[in-house]
Amino acid sequence: MRASATETVEAVFRIESARIIAGVTRIVRDVGIAEELAQDALVAALEQWPESGVPDKPGAWLMATAKHRAIDLVRRKETYARKLAEVGRALEDVEPPPEPPGPDDIDDDLLRLIFTACHTVLSTDARIALTLKLLGGLTTEEIARAFLVSEPTVAQRIVRAKRSLARAGVPFEVPYGADRAERLDSVLEVIYLVFNEGYSATAGDDLVRPALCEDALRLARVLAGLMPGEPEVHGLAALLEFQASRITARTGPAGEPVLLADQNRSKWNRMLIRRGVEALHRAGNGPYALQAAIAACHTQAARYEDTDWVTIAALYGQLVRLMPSPVVELNRAVAVSMAEGPAAGLEVVDALADEPALKEYHLLPSVRGDLLARLGRMSEARAEFERAASLTRNERERELLRERAHHSI
Amino acid sequence: MPRFLSMVRVNENELAGEEFPEDFGERMGKLLEEITKAGVMLDTAGLTPTSDGTRVTWSDGKLSYTDGPFTESKEVIGGYAIMQCKDKAEALEWAKRFLEIHPKQWSVTCEVREIAEG
Repeated sequence: MRASATETVEAVFRIESARIIAGVTRIVRDVGIAEELAQDALVAALEQWPESGVPDKPGAWLMATAKHRAIDLVRRKETYARKLAEVGRALEDVEPPPEPPGPDDIDDDLLRLIFTACHTVLSTDARIALTLKLLGGLTTEEIARAFLVSEPTVAQRIVRAKRSLARAGVPFEVPYGADRAERLDSVLEVIYLVFNEGYSATAGDDLVRPALCEDALRLARVLAGLMPGEPEVHGLAALLEFQASRITARTGPAGEPVLLADQNRSKWNRMLIRRGVEALHRAGNGPYALQAAIAACHTQAARYEDTDWVTIAALYGQLVRLMPSPVVELNRAVAVSMAEGPAAGLEVVDALADEPALKEYHLLPSVRGDLLARLGRMSEARAEFERAASLTRNERERELLRERAHHSI
Repeated sequence: MPRFLSMVRVNENELAGEEFPEDFGERMGKLLEEITKAGVMLDTAGLTPTSDGTRVTWSDGKLSYTDGPFTESKEVIGGYAIMQCKDKAEALEWAKRFLEIHPKQWSVTCEVREIAEG
């Protein structure tokens, strides 16, 4: 069955909406107003296309409609000034509408939109919500569901984010100055956080929410297409391709977590692994690239016993030097325990005992319990698993940890 | 986000004597770049003619081999694309854009099928 006119309108809009919002923002200089105008164009299409049929170039139709409205709005100075005032921006710093951009400018506009949505004047939550809304094409309801918060909370977050951008007078541009690195870090971090929330849900009943991983992965792929010259962008894309390749193997039939050692490796998605390898070739040796290289080591082992832990431990060593973090050090401890034995791993873990950042982190006692169990120190291991179970917010993980505590006799 | 396999079926007999329009490659390249940049295209390739192919059939517990060309089929698979889209309507929209690049007198079919996950 062909898609109905309404389904077609919605599909076309999803495909084009980020580009339309980006193209219109260039004219109206405000992402909030641009998003409204893009929505207006969608409404117009929903009204007209079922009657008149879908135009030959539906994307171009939506873009042209939204831009016409944008230019009209800017020309109607009074309405425009009022709209700008609503979001907290003054009219005097707004130039007249520029020349309509050519097709090559669309990528630039899209990139500007990404950098705007991930701007460092916004809180992390606001960046995530705005990025998913404007660039991921998710509805407010979808974002709320993905992050287990109420819809009004997300809607409020987005409204406030748009206002903050307007008040701060954030220019619609790709940063090329001294702050470029920091701004790009923020973009990569937003995508990474979205992926991670889907990959290891911090709360709730599901261990993974694959849809969120896929949204993040799509954003990473888009970014790699827009910034082919940025090694860390490929590093992030590679990391997410590798991680995504294992998603179906990470949960069992009843939704229970399946540890890396026990995963059925034939379930790993070879196509995503291949894509990860391709992206890794273009990545440098920044933090995301190193994490991708670690993930690559895992995917290259046909069996868990074949894992090259020595290389993985060395990569974690490089990563911790580049990006000192107790969580990375904890991962290094696991790799060291596999490469050199549990006692060597325990030494690394115990050096983290007083780390304030890990005080409430369930994986610290969970890893420690595992190492103690491998050393045969069962009663100590049991206490650690119990502590880990009390700290995790994920129900599935709690069950697994309780089970491990129970078996540590 | 489901993945879709789009199998591109062409009529080999029809295409045998056809000249590709001059700008065909360029327009196709641009579209494929667009689908890739949208984060949608996971993999795509064209296939060599069926004259290079072999069908291996299992029937009544016996194997039989048939070398190409498979002239009895009006349409054969000439290429494929694997796309990750929010829904089927989105996959069909990309398939439509792919087909519209081809010359009017050709007959090309995209069979769009969702890949079973799990």
